[in-house]
Amino acid sequence: MIKAILIFNNHGKPRLSKFYEHYNEDTEQQIIRETFHLVSKRDENVCNFLEGGMLIGGSDYKLIYRHYATLYFVFCVDSSESELGILDLIQVFVETLDKCFENVCELDLIFHVDKVHHILAEMVMGGMVLETNMNEIITQVDTQNKMEKSEAGIAGAPARAVSAVKNMNLPEMPRNINIGDISIKVPNLPSFK
Amino acid sequence: MPAVSKGDGMRGLAVFISDIRNCKSKEAEVKRINKELANIRSKFKGDKALDGYSKKKYVCKLLFIFLLGHDIDFGHMEAVNLLSSNKYTEKQIGYLFISVLVNSNSDLIRLINNAIRNDLASRNPTFMNLALHCIANVGSREMAEAFVSEIPRILVAGDTMDSVKQSAALCLLRLNRTCPDLVPMGEWTARVVHLLNDQHLGVVTAATSLIATLAQKSPDDFKTSVSLAVARLSRIVTSAAIDLQDYTYYFVAAPWLSVKLLRLLQCYPPPEDAALRSRLTECLETILSKAQEPPKSKKVQHSNAKNAVLFEAITLIIHHDNEPNLLVRACNQLGQFLQHRETNLRYLALESMCTLASSEFSHEAVKTHIETVINALKTERDVSVRQRAVDLLYAMCDRSNAKQIVAEMLSYLETADYSIREEIVLKVAILAEKYAVDYTWYVDTILNLIRIAGDYVSEEVWYRVIQIVINRDDVQGYAAKTVFEALQAPACHENLVKVGGYILGEFGNLIAGDPRSSPLVQFSLLHSKFHLCSVPTRALLLSAYIKFINLFPEVKGTIQDVLRSDSQLRNADVELQQRAVEYLRLSCIASTDILATVLEEMPPFPEKESSILAKLKKKKGSSKLPDLNDARRNINGSTNHTEDTETAEKVSTHSFTDKLNVNSTPSTGASLLVDVFSDVSNTPAPNDVSEEHFLRFVCKNNGVIFENQLLQIGLKSEYRQNLGRMYVFYGNKTSTQFLSFSSSVSSNDLLQTQLNIHTKTVDPVIDGGAQVQQILNIECLSDFSDAPVLHIQFRYGGALQNIAVKLPVMLNKFFQPTEMTSQDFFQRWKQLGAPQQEVQKIFKAQHQMDSDVAKAKLLGFGVALLDGVDPNPANFVGAGIIHSKTTQVGCLIRLEPNTQAQMYRLTLRTSKDSVSQRLCELLSEQF
Repeated sequence: MIKAILIFNNHGKPRLSKFYEHYNEDTEQQIIRETFHLVSKRDENVCNFLEGGMLIGGSDYKLIYRHYATLYFVFCVDSSESELGILDLIQVFVETLDKCFENVCELDLIFHVDKVHHILAEMVMGGMVLETNMNEIITQVDTQNKMEKSEAGIAGAPARAVSAVKNMNLPEMPRNINIGDISIKVPNLPSFK
Repeated sequence: MPAVSKGDGMRGLAVFISDIRNCKSKEAEVKRINKELANIRSKFKGDKALDGYSKKKYVCKLLFIFLLGHDIDFGHMEAVNLLSSNKYTEKQIGYLFISVLVNSNSDLIRLINNAIRNDLASRNPTFMNLALHCIANVGSREMAEAFVSEIPRILVAGDTMDSVKQSAALCLLRLNRTCPDLVPMGEWTARVVHLLNDQHLGVVTAATSLIATLAQKSPDDFKTSVSLAVARLSRIVTSAAIDLQDYTYYFVAAPWLSVKLLRLLQCYPPPEDAALRSRLTECLETILSKAQEPPKSKKVQHSNAKNAVLFEAITLIIHHDNEPNLLVRACNQLGQFLQHRETNLRYLALESMCTLASSEFSHEAVKTHIETVINALKTERDVSVRQRAVDLLYAMCDRSNAKQIVAEMLSYLETADYSIREEIVLKVAILAEKYAVDYTWYVDTILNLIRIAGDYVSEEVWYRVIQIVINRDDVQGYAAKTVFEALQAPACHENLVKVGGYILGEFGNLIAGDPRSSPLVQFSLLHSKFHLCSVPTRALLLSAYIKFINLFPEVKGTIQDVLRSDSQLRNADVELQQRAVEYLRLSCIASTDILATVLEEMPPFPEKESSILAKLKKKKGSSKLPDLNDARRNINGSTNHTEDTETAEKVSTHSFTDKLNVNSTPSTGASLLVDVFSDVSNTPAPNDVSEEHFLRFVCKNNGVIFENQLLQIGLKSEYRQNLGRMYVFYGNKTSTQFLSFSSSVSSNDLLQTQLNIHTKTVDPVIDGGAQVQQILNIECLSDFSDAPVLHIQFRYGGALQNIAVKLPVMLNKFFQPTEMTSQDFFQRWKQLGAPQQEVQKIFKAQHQMDSDVAKAKLLGFGVALLDGVDPNPANFVGAGIIHSKTTQVGCLIRLEPNTQAQMYRLTLRTSKDSVSQRLCELLSEQF
């Protein structure tokens, strides 16, 4: 079973945290910090598994992680999961994000945290692997988007109109943010465009 | 086209997030967040009803704030309201908020449950999925109670959509994890098994996960899944990758499903049906062979997926442990991985080999890789991998390679990462003990451990070395010499001081003959460390000093001076002060004989599971610790693990209480002197009722005569002339009552005429943890040689327990010591010159030949020791009278030790030959 899924950047800023077991808020934050501390001090070419820290640990648990450009994807799993299987699952997750966001970058995770949660929910449910087939996952996400659009089309019209007007200023906004260093490079992937 | 278009997010949210990101300081961020929280709160509280879009926006903001690590204490109600919206987007955000933020015991659960119930009944697959996800993510007991009967129905209903079936299967699995007692087995189980044949591989994967977990709970219900799983696996393994279309991942056919199926098969023993078994073997062989084929892609994903299946297949092979051919192939495959350039594979290979090492078929094959593994320990850059290498070395260790492995581990320890040092220390200590042929090697190893990694040597480890030294006569001298030498290092670890203090206190006499380690030198050496040590160590050293006073009367004065100094007698620490006061007083007022009794050498410790092993098990959890003794694994791999861990924990808590009688922690100050003195009255006893044990009571009257898991029997006895009284203490070690408790004493026919024993009855109920006392009155009618037997019977948890213990009532108990002059002694000696009156025995010393100990034993035996009678001062001479109702038998004893030959000659002269005979039997076993 997967106990937790954490995404944080190279500085330890959490970008997504999903716990499948209940902890209180403080412990969750401590776990994120501890995990970052454990993972970030490791070299690039070491193995992708390590024994869990004190908080989330317990002897039966492992951290399985991958590092993509600025982001760490960390899964904390027990011995009932195959290590390499989870490693591949992380890859599927990232590839799916990349497809859904078209060249995903850290900013996408920040501004669309709800979407990331929904994509993750199509893959992992209550700590168990639900779906590993990327096409299936994307189909589900597409269906959701269509429903969202159609709903926005009918009832959301006023809100959308307002936001459309406000959005006219938008192009300036992202410039505040340094996109350059943030975009994720997905190594070893065919082009997803 | 991207599935998520970036433009149509919520602008308010985007602005807020940008604001936060632009904050220059933590304070600014907190300020901005508090402002936003106040804003949202007022919006939620406001009179104006919010539209769905705004609610959604605010809830998203709250989620973001929560992610940054801030408490969210409101908004739950709004989120719950979103659940009942009939707009998908709002519902979705509501569910998201709840699965991230609502904990399982929130009082909103009832409201949430209502919304879920509606969605489950909606027949809209998207809504049903949202609801099922929410149940799985929250996974509380209350939710389980509400929906656990509903979900199996959804799972097996014919008209359920595939994606809903997937969610339902995993949801049920999750509920089974949180509340296994609630998930009902029933006719649906058979239909779940058939999901393994489903067209949709996603459904099959989810169903396999579910079945693999439920099968551990009730294997019989899911037995039929084995054949279906094998069939399914066989189809995947032999298929051309292209057949499975979307479920092919980087040219590997359905890797996750294969892994899950192999996991499921690990819940069962190898199939009995021959056809099925050969089909499975074929699958496993194919998987092993595929590993040798050239890769279809250079991508790491391809090899990962392929190897994920391979490792799982190897785990299954190891689990079945019945096909030597497959096992050896698996071992060779892992051997290749040990040298693979991918670190992940080296790591996993070491891990799998660890379990392989415990199979009898492949243990030898694993051992051939020892050099590679040692090399990994030395050269791997990754601590995770090195850790696995340590585990594997531990698992592959046996008598043939123990010295090499322990040496390598020790040398690795010098540079090992701090995080794994303690574990390595425990492992080295266990291996050294387990495979020690020569205990000097064991002592050296442990002292090295303390030298190299003293900080990581836990109490269990140094307790254990002391236990072993005390239990093994052959190593005591060596141990004393070695610790003495080790203590001479200018800086030595405090743990070494503890071990040194304890061992020299017990066995310092064994090396005292050498002027370089004379008593005074030993004492000065120990005392030179005293001031640098912590309070518990100092307390232990004080005990060692009082033992020195007993062992070496010549340093008594020096030690008394030390005890008398203000820094001891007026020490601020109450424990140290009390020890100093009491030891000083004891050394001043007690006679040599009393000192010798009180400070007697520690009796052997009972042999039981090493507390170190228990500690290691506790630390690691048993899943990673192949048991060196019994390697067979249970059918149900993982359920077994939990049980193991539990027992390990039980064992360890148990053994913590009786590690050593040494009480080195000041916190238990109440039992001040108990540590040194307890060995007299509180001897832990071996479990079996043995002759050897019985004999321990020849020279003493108090102690534990019997002990098992349930019951401890202690004795306290006093004798006067031909009468004796014995107090028998029955201690209930469990927390449950003993019922119908009864005890009686029986003697054989002959003994009945020689010994009269009157038993008082005991209460038939002994409460958990309680102790009851029984008094036996004993009268010696004439001399005897048998011993009476104590029979105990009681019910513990319904089972009748019968215990029989040989009671240590021996002839010598009725001794009355007699003092006499040298002249009288020789006169009587000559009078008792008839051949049948004298019994002589020459025997090899079983224990260290120590004159003080011998003296104490003779006193304990009951005779008076006569000084200055024998012209050779090394010899012992004693006299006493055996009292029985009818007669009194005078008795003279002479014991001549020969230290060079390690022999004793014992001569007894009494007026009655049967008495001489019996006393000689009893006494000659004591040296």
